[in-house]
Formats: sequence, structure tokens, C-alpha cells
Amino acid sequence: MEVTLNWYLSLSAVLFTAGVIGFLFRRNAIVMLMSVELMLNAVNLTLVAFSQSLGDPQGQILVFFVMAVAAAEAAIGLALVIAIFRNKTTIDVTEFNLFKY
Amino acid sequence: MAAQILFFALATAAIAGALGMLISRNPVNSALWLILNLFCIAGLYLTLNAEFIAVVQVLVYAGAIMVLFLFVLMLLNLAALPDLKKIDGRRVLAYVLSMGLLAMLSFVVASSLDMLPVPGSLEAVAENGSASNLAKSLFVQFAMPVEIIGILLLAATIGAVMLAKRKAV
Repeated sequence: MEVTLNWYLSLSAVLFTAGVIGFLFRRNAIVMLMSVELMLNAVNLTLVAFSQSLGDPQGQILVFFVMAVAAAEAAIGLALVIAIFRNKTTIDVTEFNLFKY
Repeated sequence: MAAQILFFALATAAIAGALGMLISRNPVNSALWLILNLFCIAGLYLTLNAEFIAVVQVLVYAGAIMVLFLFVLMLLNLAALPDLKKIDGRRVLAYVLSMGLLAMLSFVVASSLDMLPVPGSLEAVAENGSASNLAKSLFVQFAMPVEIIGILLLAATIGAVMLAKRKAV
């Protein structure tokens, strides 16, 4: 029993599935954004595990770019949540129908 | 033996953090559970000889991004949150089972087409994740993407400020 690549990949799969379930089942917009962050972290874990397994640092470079895009995504998403909250006074995603009418 | 125990401890805590994020009714508790999860993933990066990525994970994710989430959660007065719908266990079970089935079928197809990834060993590759080693490829080979990601972050910052600004009516 040695810690191999597959252990990390399995953990990453579990975390990614948890993120997907959170995104699909929670109705609070901020918790949905946090679920997206969880999915991104699961993917980052996969990238680092493969980078270590192949002895190639480029996987870790890709993790940098994923983190930068995740930060940008979180900032924009939370700004949108604030803007919607100003108009609707709720962030329950079932209450929005901004594309209707 | 120590490596296995460390991995299992960190993995268990990471999964506990993810599940805690899913089932907390209060979004602030969700954010705190997620921070636990992010710290555990940083620990796993350390076990993978990626110390620089682990430090960046703690600084950027557990620090900056989660502080942003908590700031917005506490800025919006969510005291009057409606009750969350109860999670329907059958739908979760259906989702997990279908994903497992998809994984198995993909594995069968990949193995029949001789496309299985070679199982990699995780022997310590010295210098793989050190800051100097990463900087060599980041600022030489990937210098252009770094500039572009800087512009992207600037645009995202400006966009966030514009979106969240109170409209002067």
C-alpha cells in the first residue's frame, strides 16, 4: 500500500463530485460560487498530482493560471451577486428571472 | 507508513470540509468549511513536493478569495434567507451512481482502445515544485501568458468595481 497517483485522482474525483452536487442543489448564489471554487480545486489537485507523477513542472504552471482565472471569476461573480441583491433583496437563484419579459 | 497516514488524514479532512460546505444551512459556515478544505488541499500539495503551489494556495485561495466571499456574505444582510429546500437523497444517489457508471464505461472504452494512462509513480522528483524551478518556466517559456493573465485580472477588477458600484440615480 503505497501512496500512488490513483489515490490523489480518486480524492479529486470525490471533491469534484461534491462541488457539482453543491452547484446543482444549493440555491444560495454565493454557495454556488463556492462550489465552483471547490471544483476548480479538485482539478488543481489532479494537475499537481500528474505534474509530480510525470516529473514535469508545467502542470503546476497551469495551476497558477487556473488560480488567477478563479480569482477573476470570484470577483466578477460576487459583484454580480451584489448588484442582483440591490435590485431583488435576495440571492436565492430560484427567485431570479432576469431574462424573462 | 507515515505518508499513507498523512494522506488519509488530509483526504478525510478535505472530504469532510466539502461535505460540510454542502450541508451547512448558514452560508458563513459553508465558507468556513470550504476554508478547511482548501487548507487540506494545500497540505496535499506539500505531500506532492509542490511547496510553492501550496503557499500560493494558502495565500490566494484560503486568504484572498475566501476573504472576498466572507466579505460579501457579511455585506449582504442575509438574515431573512428563505429555508433551503431539503436535499432529495434519491436524486443525489442517482447522480453519484450515474457518474460511477459513466466512469466505469469510460474505463472500459479506454481500455479496449488501448488508451489507458500509464500509472505514474509518485517518487520524489527533487526540485520539481520549488519556486526557482517554477519561475524558470513561468517567466521564460510562459512570459506572454503571464502578461495576458495580468491584463485579465486588471479587467476583472475594473469590471467588479463597475458592477458592484451603487448606481447614481
